Formats: sequence, C-alpha cells, structure tokens
Amino acid sequence: MSEPKIQLRGVAKAFGPKKVLTGVDLDVAKGESVVIIGGSGTGKSVTLKCILGLLTPDSGSIKIDGREVTGLSVGERDDINRQVGMLFQGGALFDSLPVWENVAFGLLSRKQCGREEAREIAIKKLAQVGLKPALGDAMPADLSIGMQKRVGLARAIATDPEIIFFDEPTTGLDPIMADMINELIVHVNQEVGATALSISHDMDSARRIGDRIAMLYQGKIVWAGAPGDIDGEVDPVVDQFVHGRVDGPIKMQVRA
Amino acid sequence: MNPLQAIGRVFLGFLGTTGRLTLFALNAVRHCFLPPYYPRIMVRQMIEIGYYSLPVVGLTAIFAGMVLALQSYTGFARFSAEGAIANVVVLSITRELAPVLGGLMIAGRVGASMAAEIGTMRVTEQIDALTTLSTNAMKYLVVPRIIAGVVMLPLLIFVADIIGVFGGFLVSVYKLGFNPSIYLQNTWDFLELLDVVSGLVKASVFGFLVALMGCYHGYYSKGGAQGVGAATTNSVVSASILILCFNYILTEAFFGL
Repeated sequence: MSEPKIQLRGVAKAFGPKKVLTGVDLDVAKGESVVIIGGSGTGKSVTLKCILGLLTPDSGSIKIDGREVTGLSVGERDDINRQVGMLFQGGALFDSLPVWENVAFGLLSRKQCGREEAREIAIKKLAQVGLKPALGDAMPADLSIGMQKRVGLARAIATDPEIIFFDEPTTGLDPIMADMINELIVHVNQEVGATALSISHDMDSARRIGDRIAMLYQGKIVWAGAPGDIDGEVDPVVDQFVHGRVDGPIKMQVRA
Repeated sequence: MNPLQAIGRVFLGFLGTTGRLTLFALNAVRHCFLPPYYPRIMVRQMIEIGYYSLPVVGLTAIFAGMVLALQSYTGFARFSAEGAIANVVVLSITRELAPVLGGLMIAGRVGASMAAEIGTMRVTEQIDALTTLSTNAMKYLVVPRIIAGVVMLPLLIFVADIIGVFGGFLVSVYKLGFNPSIYLQNTWDFLELLDVVSGLVKASVFGFLVALMGCYHGYYSKGGAQGVGAATTNSVVSASILILCFNYILTEAFFGL
C-alpha cells in the first residue's frame, strides 16, 4: 500500500480532566472512504477537528500526504486546507451571504478566480447537488435544513478538494434526503476520486458511503474493517453498537 | 464550600480572562495592520455603526443638551450668571456627554449585535467553517468591526456635538428667552479646539472598546442560545464599564494637572 493520505498515530486530546481521545490510530488511503462510527460524545468530532487543525491534539501525530500537520503556523495550515473540504453537521453556512457566495467562498478567499467566474462555478456545483441556479441568490436562512446541507456539500466540493470531511452528513434528515446525501457522497468519492473521511452514528449511512468503517470507543479505534464484515463481528462493543442494543459493554453515560 | 477556595477561583478566573482578553486585543490590533483586508465587510460595518446609529445618538445628544441648559439655568440663575449657560453646555457636551453617552448607546446598539452575530457564528460552527475555507476569522470578522468602530465613532460623536449644542440652544432661546445670536456668540467664544478634539479621541477609543468587547465575547461564546445571550450581556456590561473607566483616564491625560 502506498503512503496513506491521512495518518493518525496516538492522537490524544483531553479537555480539563476529561480525556476524550486517548490514542487514535487510523490510516486513510488515497481515494478511500472511511467512516468513523461511535456513540455521541465519544470524540468523533474532536478527531475530525484535530485533523482539520481546529483543535490541537495534546500528543500524537497527524500526517496528511506524509506531512506532519500538528503545530503548523496559520500560513502553512492554509496550504493544507486548500486541498480540504468540510461538510459541517449543521451546514454552517454564512447567513450574511447569499447561497452562491457561500458556495464560492473558498474560491474567492483564495483568490483563485474573479467574482463572475466564481459565481459560474458556484452555480455548477449547486447543480451537482441537485439545486436550481435560481437558488444562488437566496439567503441560507430561507432554505430548508436538507437544502442547507446540500449547499454545504456544494461549498465543500467547490474547490475540488482532494480530501473531504463529512460531519454527521445524514443526521436530522428524512430518509429520502439522507439517501440523496449518501449518494452524493459516494459520487464525490468514486467519480471525483476524493478521499473521504466521515463521522456518523447512522449505520445505514456508514454502510453506504464507507469503503471501511472504524469504530471509536473510549478514545481509541477499537475496530476497523469493511462494512460487510461488521455484522459478523464478535467484538461485543461493535456488536452492540451496530445492532443498537441497550445491554452490552457500552453504558449510556447519563452524566459526563 | 471553603470561602477561600471560592475567592481564589474568582481571582484566577479574573486573571485568566484578563490574559485572554489582552492576547485577543493584541492579536486583533496586529491583524489590523496585516493584509488581506475585506473592504466590502468593512464598509458594511461602517454603515451599520455610523449611519444606522445616527438616530439613537442624535436623540441622546439633543436631550442631553436640552436638559443641560435647563438644569444649569436653575443653578446659575441664583448667582445671576445665566450668561455662562452657553459655556457650560458646549463644554459639557463636547468634552463629556456626547462621547460618553454616545459611546454607551453604541455599546448597547452595536456591541450587543456584534457579540450576538459572532457568537451565533461560533456556536453554529461558521467560524470553524471560515478556517477550513482558508479565511482568518480574526481578519474577516474582528478587524473590520474594530476599524469601523475606531473610524466611525468620532464622526458620529462630532455630529452628536453639533446636535447637543443645538439642543441647548433650543431650550435657551425658546424656553429661557435668550437672544439667539448672543447665545451662539457665547458658545463660539468659549469653545476651544482641544474640547472637541479630546472628545473625538475619546470617541475613537470608545469605538475600539465597544468593537473589541463585542467581538471578544462573541468569539469565545459557547453553549448554544444561552451562551450567545450571556456573551451579548457581557459585551454590553464590560464595554460600558470600560468606557466610563477610560473616560476618566483620558480626561486625566488631557486636562489633568
């Protein structure tokens, strides 16, 4: 196997006394789609934010294309972020800007093209996620949640990134909309060839979009493998999560 | 609960906040001098702060000027010194009342909305999104607001100076029966450049404080709607206190012996 696109080794992060990640090891190959699953509050988002540089891990190494990215300066980080797209859980659209400017934001901020051209690209990307060009002038607040998510996806793919992160892409969507988002993610991954790393607790979605599934539990990756293997897995933690049982080693922590 | 523990926790919390705020302020000022700039956003903020605050600040100034004329008449009439009213009005307005009252109104109007907007952006991950889109949130969100505050407040307060003096003029002429041309002559004779300039410098500092507090509390807000609400309150309260505090320091610097 060639050098992994994203490599995590022993990534640990604590917030005060609360140890969220205790040593995450994960490899994502180029063009691969990996889904991290795990219960709420197990540190899936923290893992993603560490890779994105929004949080700095306490220890461990994160490499993108073989380059260590923890502790980079802001300028160096921007170089990395150029090849990265991110779909946030709630869309995180800028509500002071019309839809097309949201989609074109990365293009404009990196001065890759003028406003006219950026607008054309934005309209094209909106069409890719199944939205009409007329929506380009709408404000994000006027859109439904599902539409906002699609605009968020259009924004994530607008700069043709090599790596795309998806934070709970199907959470809060109805089944049809969720399926549509799954399809779009598979499309982006397979046809555009981008490397995808998603976090999810939706097993259906994880099976659809993932080439590989990794389970995060108690701050570590406890299991990783192909979606087809996960059902026959004897590991009680994985088994319990996949089948959504109340009884098992995972105890719902009512209090943090 | 050990009372010493409680005092210590509050004290440490205060030190932590002071340090974080100082770093935030230094970082913001540093970014004010480093490109790239976002002129569109800066202009929007200038309009928001300068133009849309005119009615609020104008009303504040005119009533301040009016009541000042009325009150000083009550006092000065006892010593037959009514002639000093124009003097009192123009000095009080330009040196103190226009910048301080204007600054406080702006803290309520503009500082609160900055904290709410940036705070909402924080809790809905829009600030994280900015970072992933290679945009420095400091430059994109904070710098335009701070520059707009520093530039627009003096202009706003200059207008407030004129309106405030006009308020005093209205009451003196139409209620107290002064001769309009003598009142204006008195105003003009007593007015010195330093009175206006000191007020405008104050306004500029207050503009910085309001924008800084609004941005800081919004930037570090957390915990959903309640967190944004707390950030909004804190920005107004802290900006108001800082305005009054710096008003004393600046007055001391300009006119102290």
